[in-house]
Amino acid sequence: MNDRISRTLSSVVLGSALGLAALSAPASQASLSDDRVRLGVLADMSGPYGDLCGKHCVEAVNMAVEDFGGQVLGQPIDVISADDQNKPDLGSAKAREWIESQGVDAINGLVASSVVGAVAQVANSAEKPILISGAGSNTFTTKTCSPFNAHWTYDVVALARGTVSPLVKSGKKKWFFITADYAFGHALENVATGIIESNGGTVVGSAKAPLGTTDYSSFVLQAISSGADAVALANAGKDFVNSLKGASEFGLSQQATMVGLLVFASDTRSIDADIIGNMRLTTGFYWDRDEATRVWSKRFMERTDGAVPTMAHAGAYSSTLHYLKAVAATGTDDGATVMKHMKANAPDDMFARHATLRADGRMAYDMYQVRVKTAAERSNRNDLYEIENVIPGDQAYAAMIPECDFK
Amino acid sequence: MNTLVRSATAGLRLPLSQPHLGSALLLLAALLAPALIYPVFLMKFLCLALFACAFNLMLGFVGMLSFGHAAFLSTGGYVTGYLMINSGITPELGVLAGTAASALLGFLFGKLSVKREGIYFAMVTLALSQLVFFFYLQAPFTGGENGMQGIPRGHLFGLIDLSDNLAMYYFVLAVFLIGFGIIFRTIHSPFGQILTAIRENEPRAVSLGYNVRQYKLLAFVISAALAGMAGATKALVFELESLTDAHWHMSGEVVLMTLLGGMGTVFGPVVGAAILVAIATLFSGGELGNYIHIIMGFIFVTCVLAFRRGVVGEFGHFMHKNFPASGFGRPQ
Repeated sequence: MNDRISRTLSSVVLGSALGLAALSAPASQASLSDDRVRLGVLADMSGPYGDLCGKHCVEAVNMAVEDFGGQVLGQPIDVISADDQNKPDLGSAKAREWIESQGVDAINGLVASSVVGAVAQVANSAEKPILISGAGSNTFTTKTCSPFNAHWTYDVVALARGTVSPLVKSGKKKWFFITADYAFGHALENVATGIIESNGGTVVGSAKAPLGTTDYSSFVLQAISSGADAVALANAGKDFVNSLKGASEFGLSQQATMVGLLVFASDTRSIDADIIGNMRLTTGFYWDRDEATRVWSKRFMERTDGAVPTMAHAGAYSSTLHYLKAVAATGTDDGATVMKHMKANAPDDMFARHATLRADGRMAYDMYQVRVKTAAERSNRNDLYEIENVIPGDQAYAAMIPECDFK
Repeated sequence: MNTLVRSATAGLRLPLSQPHLGSALLLLAALLAPALIYPVFLMKFLCLALFACAFNLMLGFVGMLSFGHAAFLSTGGYVTGYLMINSGITPELGVLAGTAASALLGFLFGKLSVKREGIYFAMVTLALSQLVFFFYLQAPFTGGENGMQGIPRGHLFGLIDLSDNLAMYYFVLAVFLIGFGIIFRTIHSPFGQILTAIRENEPRAVSLGYNVRQYKLLAFVISAALAGMAGATKALVFELESLTDAHWHMSGEVVLMTLLGGMGTVFGPVVGAAILVAIATLFSGGELGNYIHIIMGFIFVTCVLAFRRGVVGEFGHFMHKNFPASGFGRPQ
C-alpha cells in the first residue's frame, strides 16, 4: 500500500512538474494487450550455444505459431527475436525493453542459465511467463521459483539421474569434472556429485573452464593426472564438442570413460562417430523416435537447411503450442491466468509425452537414455541414437519442494 | 587579445549568449526526451555518457590514456549493488558509496601509475584493471559469470519509488548533470588550466614549480570517482551488475566513445556515447547483429583517418573557422 502511494506520489510530482502526466497514465486492459500476442525468442544466436537453439529455435516457435493457425482469438501472433550473446546484462536489458516498450507477452528460447536468471528477475516482476526451452539449471523451479517460470525441456537433475547413476552402479567410482564456469555448470556438477556420492562413488577433482573456451588441453591434463575412471563433461554446445575432442587428442578417452552430461543432437552430429560412438547420455527428444517426431522433424529440417532438431528446438515448439492453447482457452494474455491454465491442463504433442506442467513450473515428461551409434551402425548422418530406456517424468525429475507450489 | 575583443563583442551582440541558449535547449530536450524515447535506453546512454566524460577528463584534458577505466565502472556497480541487496540503504547513498569506493580504487591505481607516461601508463592501468576483473570473476559476492542479479532500485530518499522507469530516468538525469557539472567546473577552474598546461608541455609545468604528479593523481581520482558514479547508476538502472562492465572491452569502448565524439571537448564524449549506444541498439535485433563489432571497428578507423577531432571537435573547428563570432570552438 505504502509502495503504491509513493509510486502515485512520484508520478504526480514528476508528471505535473513537467507536463508529462499523459505518460504515467496506465494503458487500459483489453482481453489481449495491444490487440495481439507477441512472443520474444531470446537466445545465443551465434556463439557456443548457437546450434543447439539459436535461430532455429525462432523457426521452431514460428512453426508452432503456424500450426496454431497464425492467430489467436481473432488477433495476430507475432514472433520477435534477439541475440543475448550469453551475457546476462544484454539478456535482461532486452527482456526489459521487450516487456516495457514492445508488448511482448511471453519469452521463449532462453539458453544460458546465467542469462535466464537475469531475464527471470525482469519477467517475474512484470508477471510475464517465461518458457525456458534451452537452460538446464534447476534453480528456476527451486531456489528462484516463480509462478511465471515454465521450465520445459530438461534440467540438471534429469541429466545427472539419467546419465550418471547407471554408470556409478556399473562400477565407475572415481569421477573428475570438467565444468562450465557459470550457473548451469555449477548446478550440474553439484547435482551429479550428490548422485555419485550417494551411490558410493567419489569425486577426485574438478576443473572449471570459462564459457566459450576453445583450448581444453590444461583441463584435460588435470583430468588425466587425477587418475579418474570416469570424466564428466558438465558443459554444453561447442564447449562440449571442444572438450570431448581435446580429451580424445590427449588420450584421456582411452584411460577413462567420457561422460557427456548435456549433449544435444547437433553436438553429436558434429563430432566424429569414432570419438563419440557408444557414449550413453540422456535426452528429452530424438527425432527418429516414432512417426509423429519424424513428421515434425522432416518439416523442421526443410525449413532449416537440414539442421537436426535438438531437444531445445522441439521444446521451444511444444512450449509455444501449449502457451497459445492456454491463451485461446482463457481468452486473455494475462500472465497469471495463462500460467494457471497451462498447469491445469497437461501438454500433449509430439515432444511432450505423458507430460504434466507441475505447479512449480517444471514440465515433467518421458526422458530417454540413449546410446550414440558407432560409425558402422549409422545409415545416414542423422542416424545418431539408439534409445535404450525410457525414464518416466516422475522418476526423471526431482520432487517439487513445498515453497514452490504455485497452484 | 584579438580573440578577447571578438568574444566580448559577440557577447554584446547577443542578449543571451549562444552557449547558454544551447545548454538550456539541451536541458529542455533531456527533460522531455522520455516522452518520445524508451527511458531505459536513455538511461543507458546517460550512464555511458557520464562514464565517457569522466574518461575524457583524463585523456582529453591531461593527456593520460588510461586503459583500465572498466575497473572503476564495475567497482561502482558492484559496491552499490552489494549494499543495495544486503544493507537496504537508499539508492542515493548507494550511489555515493559506489562513487567513494571507485575513488579509493582510483587513488590506489593512480599512486601506482601516474609515475609512468604514455604507453607504460596505459599498460599499468590495463594490468591493474585485469587484476580487478579476475577478482570480480572469482569473488563469491559478485556471482561470477552470472552477474550480481536482483539489485533493487529502492526508494529515493526513502520516498520516491524508482522502480517506475520515469522516476528512475529523472534520478539518472540528475546524477548525470551533477557529474557533468563537476567535470565542467573542474575543466574551467585554475586547477583545470594547470591540467591543460601539463598536457601541452609537462616539463614546462614542472619548471614553473607545479607538482605535476599530484595534479595528475587528483585528476585520476576525480575521473575514477565519476566513472564509479556512472557504474553505480547503471547497476541500479538494469538491476544487475555483470562482468561486461569489468572486461577490458569496456575500457576500449570508452576510448572509442571519446575519440568518436571529440577528445578534449566538453560535449564530445556525450555525442560519442549517443552514437555508440544508438548503433548497438539499432543493430542488436536485426540480421546485422553479428557484425556489430565489425561496424564499430569500421567507424573507429574512419574516425581516426578522416576526422580526428571527432564529431564535436570537427563541428567546433568548422564553426570557429567560418563563423568566429558564434563563439564555438574557442580554445578551452
